[in-house]
Amino acid sequence: MIEFHLDARSGVANYMQLIHQVRHAMRLGLLNEGDRLPTVKEVVAKVAINPNTVLKAYRELEYEGLVTLRTGVGTFVTRTLSDESLGAHGPLRLKLQQWLAEAREAGLDEESIEALLLSTFRAPAEGKA
Amino acid sequence: MTTTTVIGADGLGKRYGRRQALADCTLDIPAGRVVGLVGPNGAGKSTLLQLASGLLSPTSGTIEVLGASPASTPAQMAKVGFVAQDTPTYAGLSIREHLHLGARLNPTWDAEFAARRIRQLDLDPGQRAGRLSGGQRAQLALTLAIAKRPELLLLDEPVASLDPLARREFMQVLMEFAAEQGASVVLSSHLVADLERVCDYLIVLARSRVRLVGDVDELLASHHRLTGAYREPATLPAGQEVIHSSHTERQSSLIVRSTAPIDNPSWTTQRLDLEDLVLAYMSNSATIGSIPVPEAQR
Amino acid sequence: MIWLTWRQFRIQAWTALATLTALAVALVITGPEVTRLYHSSGFAGCRTDCAALSSGFLNQVINGTTGPLYWLGIAVMFVTPALIGVFWGAPLVARELEAGTHRLVWSQSVPRSRWLVAKLLGGSLVSMATVGLFSLAVTWWADPIDSAYLNRMFPEIFAARGIVPIGYAAFAFVVGVTVGMVLRRTVPAMAVTLVVVAAVQLVMPFLVRGQLIQPVEVTAPFQTTAVKSLHIKDGGGITVTGRVSQPGAWVVSNRTVTPSGVTFTGPVDAEACGRTSFSQPKCMAWLDTLNLRQEASYQPANRFWALQWYEATVLLTLALALAGFSFWWIRRRLT
Repeated sequence: MIEFHLDARSGVANYMQLIHQVRHAMRLGLLNEGDRLPTVKEVVAKVAINPNTVLKAYRELEYEGLVTLRTGVGTFVTRTLSDESLGAHGPLRLKLQQWLAEAREAGLDEESIEALLLSTFRAPAEGKA
Repeated sequence: MTTTTVIGADGLGKRYGRRQALADCTLDIPAGRVVGLVGPNGAGKSTLLQLASGLLSPTSGTIEVLGASPASTPAQMAKVGFVAQDTPTYAGLSIREHLHLGARLNPTWDAEFAARRIRQLDLDPGQRAGRLSGGQRAQLALTLAIAKRPELLLLDEPVASLDPLARREFMQVLMEFAAEQGASVVLSSHLVADLERVCDYLIVLARSRVRLVGDVDELLASHHRLTGAYREPATLPAGQEVIHSSHTERQSSLIVRSTAPIDNPSWTTQRLDLEDLVLAYMSNSATIGSIPVPEAQR
Repeated sequence: MIWLTWRQFRIQAWTALATLTALAVALVITGPEVTRLYHSSGFAGCRTDCAALSSGFLNQVINGTTGPLYWLGIAVMFVTPALIGVFWGAPLVARELEAGTHRLVWSQSVPRSRWLVAKLLGGSLVSMATVGLFSLAVTWWADPIDSAYLNRMFPEIFAARGIVPIGYAAFAFVVGVTVGMVLRRTVPAMAVTLVVVAAVQLVMPFLVRGQLIQPVEVTAPFQTTAVKSLHIKDGGGITVTGRVSQPGAWVVSNRTVTPSGVTFTGPVDAEACGRTSFSQPKCMAWLDTLNLRQEASYQPANRFWALQWYEATVLLTLALALAGFSFWWIRRRLT
């Protein structure tokens, strides 16, 4: 079971934040096939958001084929996103750590590192948007 | 799920002597929504909620709640819960006595829920309401209103006097109720931030009039902030309504309502957040036309 | 609704019960003393010389420990209705409006008119019962003294006996509730209620009570052997009234008129009735020559209970009318 949280300052719509968090958890292997997502009531009682927002996120996830809604039982994860890539996480993390060390050696502060990372990450995506 | 109207108002107005508290209010609020009622202090939010709860009667126009005149019959009263501003409770009565009061005065009282809520809140049922903190008192008032099992719950500035933690706790309970019962909720606040997470339908009131009504997602999708070199707003194409504009010598900044996408490359187009949207409508007193956005079922 | 009314009103009810008990204890302890003196003085069942026996009895009672209690009983009967209006009636609705709790109770599933019925009915029944029992106890205790004074019809005693206090209690309570509802503020409502109740307590005996039943009118030659009062003023003016020889009656009006029918005011015969040269026999003889007549109206003692019923009915009718007004107000104006 995962817990949701919302960032009001992110500028991302609330239901999108929920979707991102489910996908994220699936990628990290925190949610696997057959796992139940928290019920709408559980989410709103925890995060204090509109129940329709949760429903909307769950419907979107269902539309994407990641979960299935079983009336009266709950919402269940139907796929696993982590399988193929999870094994690659370790080596990739190692490379990143090396890169970070190099960046610090080159005299970059935290803010510059973050800016560089983000701008590099977003540069090819810009064209698609 | 079929669309039914929980609150229908037509030309609704309320006048106190010479002061017009609410004027020409026409609404058609669909069921199953959490409705945010936003506006500055004195805009008429309390008046509208009290008209809907039947505590006040209109001086002009009509209002129907769940298909009947507010507070016209005990059965009608049982269907509508109301948490008044500053969450009044009887200072001399204990929590237990408040629950007893609720049980005595409501045919649909859920005693089991009420008792469970008080346990969850970790309150002593023997405690007098006068000795509760603001947050605890608000929770007691909310418990009374929810245990009535209403189809429509109206709340007048419920969190205005609460600290952030109490605010969050209050909203958690309220949203749990909305999820569980599929009930409709209308809550007012003079701060959009209080409502941003919880409401999916919005009414903006300013200077006694309705300025904006509609589904939150659709409102956000149909409003844009345009910035670009200075120009006359009149040059915008048809279908793009200027809600708010500000100009410097070189730059124009507009908030525009348009259901069609803005594809003029000379403008930089940005999304608005709910607060910007509400402020644009509140500051623009000239915009009286409140065009209800058609309800879309998701 | 009855539960809530009782819960909110129980402190007042207990106060009433406690006061009532204290009063009852005081009266029960001293009651036998009054009865004992009533019999030992010989006034009880007297056939001859009753006037002397009654004043002997009164001397013993009024100068003894029971005297202050007699006057206290009268004061309590006058003050209690006003207190009920001020402390029970006025805050009843005003405090809810002030604290905003009316919004809580009116948004339950009970119409506000039913809420008001419970409050008005509950409160006025407790008020009436309280004052009724007070009155019963005081009337019983003071009965021998009243029958010696023959003063039950007098304004200062009448409204402290029998069933009239019940009428005042109901009236004062409803005045309090109504004023509180209209003013919406507890303290001003209490002040206005006090003024209204006191005003009605004054207006009733002076303007209304005497006219509830047509008073008995008497016109008779003025008797200088039965002069009640005689005032001689500077400059030759004089007023004189004759006694109305109706034991226990309440004299509503009493004047002395000349043969031509105008109130006699002089001029005085300075030799007979002058301020410096006053002589009783000469003055009386002079008055006899004027052919004056006495015109009086009075309510005889045997109308006590009839007047009690009439006045109580008037007060209860006023209370009902005010209650009706408060229902109209809560539905039409408190919105």
